[in-house]
Amino acid sequence: MRFLLVEDTAKLARSVRDLLALDGHGVDTVASLAEAGDCLAATSYDLILLDIGLPDGDGRAFLAQQRRQGRDTPVIMITARSAVADRVDALDGGADDYVTKPFEMAELEARIRAVLRRRGGATQTRRDFADVTFDPLAATLTVAGETRELRSRELRLFEILIAAPGRIHSKEHLCDRLFSYAEAVSDNAIEVYVGRLRRKLQGSAARIETVRGLGYRLIGP
Amino acid sequence: MARPEAHSLRRRLLLQLLLGAAVMALGLYLAVRATAERATEAAQDAILIAAAENISDGLRGTEVGVEIDLNRATFSMVAAAGQDRLFWRVEVGRETLTGYDDLPLPGMVPDGTGPVVYEASYRGADLRLAAVGRSVMDRDSLQPALIVLGQTRFGQRAIADRLANGAALAGLAFFALAVPLSLIFTSSVLAPVRRLAEAVSRRGPADLRSMDHPTPRELAPFQEALNSFIARLRMTLSQTETFIAEAAHHIRTPLSTVRAEAEIALRRAEGEESRARLRSVIRAVDESARSAGQLLDHAMVAYRSNRMTQARIDLSAMLGDLARSFGPTADLRDISLTMIVPGPDAAEVIGDRVLVESALRNLIDNALKYTDAEGTVHVSLRHDGGLVVIEVCDTGRGLAGAETSMLTARFQRGPNAGTVVGSGLGLTIVAEVARAMGGAFDLSPAEGGGTCARLSLPAG
Repeated sequence: MRFLLVEDTAKLARSVRDLLALDGHGVDTVASLAEAGDCLAATSYDLILLDIGLPDGDGRAFLAQQRRQGRDTPVIMITARSAVADRVDALDGGADDYVTKPFEMAELEARIRAVLRRRGGATQTRRDFADVTFDPLAATLTVAGETRELRSRELRLFEILIAAPGRIHSKEHLCDRLFSYAEAVSDNAIEVYVGRLRRKLQGSAARIETVRGLGYRLIGP
Repeated sequence: MARPEAHSLRRRLLLQLLLGAAVMALGLYLAVRATAERATEAAQDAILIAAAENISDGLRGTEVGVEIDLNRATFSMVAAAGQDRLFWRVEVGRETLTGYDDLPLPGMVPDGTGPVVYEASYRGADLRLAAVGRSVMDRDSLQPALIVLGQTRFGQRAIADRLANGAALAGLAFFALAVPLSLIFTSSVLAPVRRLAEAVSRRGPADLRSMDHPTPRELAPFQEALNSFIARLRMTLSQTETFIAEAAHHIRTPLSTVRAEAEIALRRAEGEESRARLRSVIRAVDESARSAGQLLDHAMVAYRSNRMTQARIDLSAMLGDLARSFGPTADLRDISLTMIVPGPDAAEVIGDRVLVESALRNLIDNALKYTDAEGTVHVSLRHDGGLVVIEVCDTGRGLAGAETSMLTARFQRGPNAGTVVGSGLGLTIVAEVARAMGGAFDLSPAEGGGTCARLSLPAG
């Protein structure tokens, strides 16, 4: 998917862009509302990540102006402020959701997914692998015409695996992606989710292979 | 709340008025007494002089000597004054012709042009005496004659006392009248002060407008001082709100950069040791961000509790928004966040939007934090008498015997908080909002494990 990130803290913008890029998304970053306006005029995005405090104005005012002009690209506001009133303002102003700095990438992605799911998904996000169709927005796997629902962690695990089929992902890496850093989990906890995914993949040519001592990988027929 | 040592303006004014009245009453008494004494004395003097002159008129020189014709009417005129005793002495030459020859004579012998009036003590009584002098032909020579008429002063004193007592009564009556009048005057003079005080105390805590109360000129400096204080307070408060928002911004922005950088590093890191270090960096960032956020939220709640804005809040709608907002957070750990709320406008409270939202947000956030992956957090809303009860039940680790009062104390966390990131302020905020809005908050173990948190607010 293609995102526009409007954030004036350069390092943060770069990091967020890199993280989203690692998950296979394309991100344009700009540091001002003026540039954001230029980008939006030139191309279309699946979603805009918009900081509230920008050097040339307030993100909320910019958003209101966009909405008045009939542009309804989904927007997630990024706020560094604390007052709840600020958050309410952001939603009243036409934003679809907001995240409070500092945010966990997994949370940002979850919110992006939730917003796109609510909005009916502007872009085709389904992916096919072997005889499996994966729809991250609907959180489903379709195997031989049968649709199976995925819970959040199963979905995120499958998303990681399908992003690079054949590549081996270590248990530790997968743990870091699936569990919050506050949770004390052993690397074996990942086995539970791999087991569930395998059951949901039953009957298909795609399978998750355990590479002893190294991790897991998704392989086709 | 008058401190005992603070003197009361009212008492002071009252005392001064009463003291003035007392001095005036006493002055009246003394003045009347002096005047009455002088007047009765003058009356007695006039009678004595008239009588003495009358006697002197009855003094006649003859060939055989001086004879006197004492007119009875003269004495009855003088004796009219009650029990007073009358003494007389008529002296011709140096000899007493008639009367009491030891009756004191005046220090200065009257020369015939006018009477002399004086006082003397005689036979154990105070006498008022009048002496009239004239010349009388005694046989063949002209002799000086002195007629002295003295009278005790009982009657005169009695009249003077009666008059003075009357004055004393009048003084007392005046004083008695002065007491209620002073009370009324004091109250009326102090009424503007009281009205101003009432106008100030009637104000709501959020009312920081300038005082524009009609006050007497004398109170104007006080009102001006009050207004300038209000203006400074207003400024400080608005700076506080801005400061809280700015502080949050300045803390969170760099933290978010650190967190994002650390997350990238963690994705790329291979060595287990460096991964563990990066994880602890991220955890520390989360902890400081959370603490900073909660501290600032807590400051905001404390600040807003003192100047609550009153708005009608639809709790169903607010909880719906919050559920949507927390959905992805719950989803990250496969927690089902379920909610049963009545329809729109069915559950309303009146209060500060920001406070209520802070409380609800902390309730849900807390439940999600302490619930294990794939657990359930259930939010419900119901009426209970005049209260709206918001209940958030989870299937988390429970209270481990901790009391509500302990968990809502600042920076206190349950004994089973474990590795969950927290500041110990979340439930403090909830409890403070409950208190500010006249509601209640308590925690109890949920059936089948976990915790139920109940926030009751007066229905609007």
